[in-house]
Amino acid sequence: MRFDVPADFVEIHAAVGELCARFPAEYWRALEPDGYPEEFVAALTENGWLAALIPEEFGGAGLGVAAASMILETINASGCNSGACHAQMYTMGSVLRHGSAEQKAEYLPKIASGELRLQAFGVTEPTAGSDTTSIQTTAKRVGDGYVIRGQKIWTSRALHSDLMLLLARTTPTDQVEKKTDGLSMFLLDMRTAGDRLEIRPIQTMMNHATTEVFFDDVEVPATALVGEEGKGFRYILDGMNVERILIAAECIGDGRWFVEKAARYASERVVFGRPIGMNQGVQFPLARAHAAIEAADLVRHKAAWLFDEGKPCGAEANMAKFLASEASWAAANACLDAHGGYGFAAEYDVERKFRETRLYSIAPVSNNLVLAYIGQHVLGMPRSY
Amino acid sequence: MKIAVCVKHVPEGTSRIDPGTKRLDRAGEGALNHFDANAVEEALRLKGDSDTEVVAVSLGPQKALDSLRKALAMGADRAVLVSDDAAAGSDLVATSRLLAAALAKEEPDLVLFGQQASDADGAVLWAAVAERLGRPVVSQAMELSVDGGTVHVKRQTEHGYDTIEAPLPAVVAVSDAINEPRYPSLKGIMGAKKKPQDVLSLADLGVDAGDAGEAGSRTTVLALGDPPARADSQKIEDDGNAAQAIVDFLAEKRLI
Ligand SMILES: Cc1cc2nc3c(=O)[nH]c(=O)nc-3n(C[C@H](O)[C@H](O)[C@H](O)COP(=O)(O)OP(=O)(O)OC[C@H]3O[C@@H](n4cnc5c(N)ncnc54)[C@H](O)[C@@H]3O)c2cc1C
Ligand SMILES: Cc1cc2nc3c(=O)[nH]c(=O)nc-3n(C[C@H](O)[C@H](O)[C@H](O)COP(=O)(O)OP(=O)(O)OC[C@H]3O[C@@H](n4cnc5c(N)ncnc54)[C@H](O)[C@@H]3O)c2cc1C
Repeated sequence: MRFDVPADFVEIHAAVGELCARFPAEYWRALEPDGYPEEFVAALTENGWLAALIPEEFGGAGLGVAAASMILETINASGCNSGACHAQMYTMGSVLRHGSAEQKAEYLPKIASGELRLQAFGVTEPTAGSDTTSIQTTAKRVGDGYVIRGQKIWTSRALHSDLMLLLARTTPTDQVEKKTDGLSMFLLDMRTAGDRLEIRPIQTMMNHATTEVFFDDVEVPATALVGEEGKGFRYILDGMNVERILIAAECIGDGRWFVEKAARYASERVVFGRPIGMNQGVQFPLARAHAAIEAADLVRHKAAWLFDEGKPCGAEANMAKFLASEASWAAANACLDAHGGYGFAAEYDVERKFRETRLYSIAPVSNNLVLAYIGQHVLGMPRSY
Repeated sequence: MKIAVCVKHVPEGTSRIDPGTKRLDRAGEGALNHFDANAVEEALRLKGDSDTEVVAVSLGPQKALDSLRKALAMGADRAVLVSDDAAAGSDLVATSRLLAAALAKEEPDLVLFGQQASDADGAVLWAAVAERLGRPVVSQAMELSVDGGTVHVKRQTEHGYDTIEAPLPAVVAVSDAINEPRYPSLKGIMGAKKKPQDVLSLADLGVDAGDAGEAGSRTTVLALGDPPARADSQKIEDDGNAAQAIVDFLAEKRLI
């Protein structure tokens, strides 16, 4: 087993860090509560960072997931927030793996250049929640295309995306053998969907540009179908490992930001005549958080390595996301505690990052569901959900 | 046109002097000297879409390739590293000799330097190299353009600026006010791996080991010491009359 850090990672970390340094804390503070970081996303796009996973033949950099995850880790560790644009990096994976040659040729180069934004992913619905196969949104075959009817919720960045990857039921549940059949994946062009598509922003506790989306008989051409009809659920699962690994990397970046910020503050802040960091009550939670982040980081790199080697990585990708989101949350808490009252003040940025990182225990998949996966698929216990 | 940019790999963070060798400790992480990033940027700006070749040149340990790769990732076409155990510990005189030898091989029309290196802040190397090459040198460049065989430089001074012209080939040291360096793009980083990176030894340059490193240096570090402690100082508390007290003090010392 080797643990040396590839030169690529060091270069990526340095270059992304330099870019992020031009988007300091004041920039992010000014965006609260619901501004979109247009300039930051544009800078990442222009410099090719969001095209990291797109193969070179389609205009991307053709990096593996391990290297791509370094980009997002660095963004979050720099105090910036990947949430505004991480999906531009990986949502295209479904088109890449399951799309037709025409779809790939039409969309991937434009996604790589940033001319087209594919960073909206419509899966979650109000009634189905974590139980994805129970979604109610339907796509009916009519003439040359499909008609989509239903509602999505928490469709992030839909107002900052041209295309949406959408999961809809094409065969009713009572006509399929398994609930996982009969779901299909569509690449919906929101620019031409007309006013039968309605997108409403949702106010949330962190700035994540998330929305609810209503489909009132939205017509799409048959060419919008990705892969085979009825196999959409499998395609979604297939993209999840990458998403889990990348989200884990963001959490690790957050965790590093919290621990570093708190360690510095605790070493400088003097009360009772000495730095507060001299108290184990302050120091140990930070040391503990650091250790947890390092452990999560190893699982994340293992998962990424497995993925890049083309080996199964479901267990590791899920565990990485679980461990990293727990670690970043512990780090966030320790950082807030170490800052005392000042942690609540917006100008310290702790409360902002605290709100941002809390999301990842629940989305894109709730940690309970990750544990249910590990219990069933790794430990072979009875299915609990 | 061919532009050579001299770049230095400098220690990151606070630098430490090794008391044994009396040299700067270069064992830790390093990075491209930020003044040199301005020089690389200026070379790339001059290049624009033209077929001008930009060559980044450095003298240093193998690790200096990291900084050269950054110059390549920013857009330089080629990198040359002069690296040789016998070159370790070179002072200004020896360093300028080695760099001048490497530059003489390249025969560039324009040599760019950053104003100074952030580790030693010498701000003299470009003058020494220009002297060895027998070329005109302009420092503190805050604006730079080339037309035909002439380089035009707006040179920052204490009171304003000088406008200077010099015939090519020439050496120019740029100030950090000249531009804002670009950061490497992902494509740039990936592309840098495919660009030529030559490592040259003293033998490749035709320089004797005796003319490099400590043997080829003219300065010797005898001892290191802390700066003297500040002499007695007087503290004026502001009880409403601080301004008057300062004026009286300065007047007493005949400073105003
Ligand atoms: C800011 C934000 C952005 C999002 N972006 C997107 C997006 O872009 N696209 C998208 O499709 N979705 C998105 N989501 C949705 C996200 O994936 C879901 O919120 C998440 O999967 C949980 O679903 P839910 O909110 O319906 O919770 P529910 O499914 O209602 O779950 C509520 C709680 O019950 C627990 N629970 C449910 N079932 C079980 C069980 N069987 N065993 C144990 N515990 C259980 C869950 O763990 C959770 O704690 C986003 C959500 C948020 C908050
Ligand atoms: C919203 C808000 C409202 C407030 N309202 C008021 C108010 O109305 N009036 C008022 O007077 N104050 C008020 N405060 C101030 C509040 O009482 C202080 O924030 C609190 O006492 C902590 O002090 P501090 O923020 O200076 O943290 P610090 O004293 O700097 O402590 C920082 C961290 O170090 C730890 N620490 C410090 N010393 C030790 C030690 N010896 N051993 C172990 N751990 C240690 C602390 O537990 C904490 O985790 C308010 C604060 C907030 C955030």
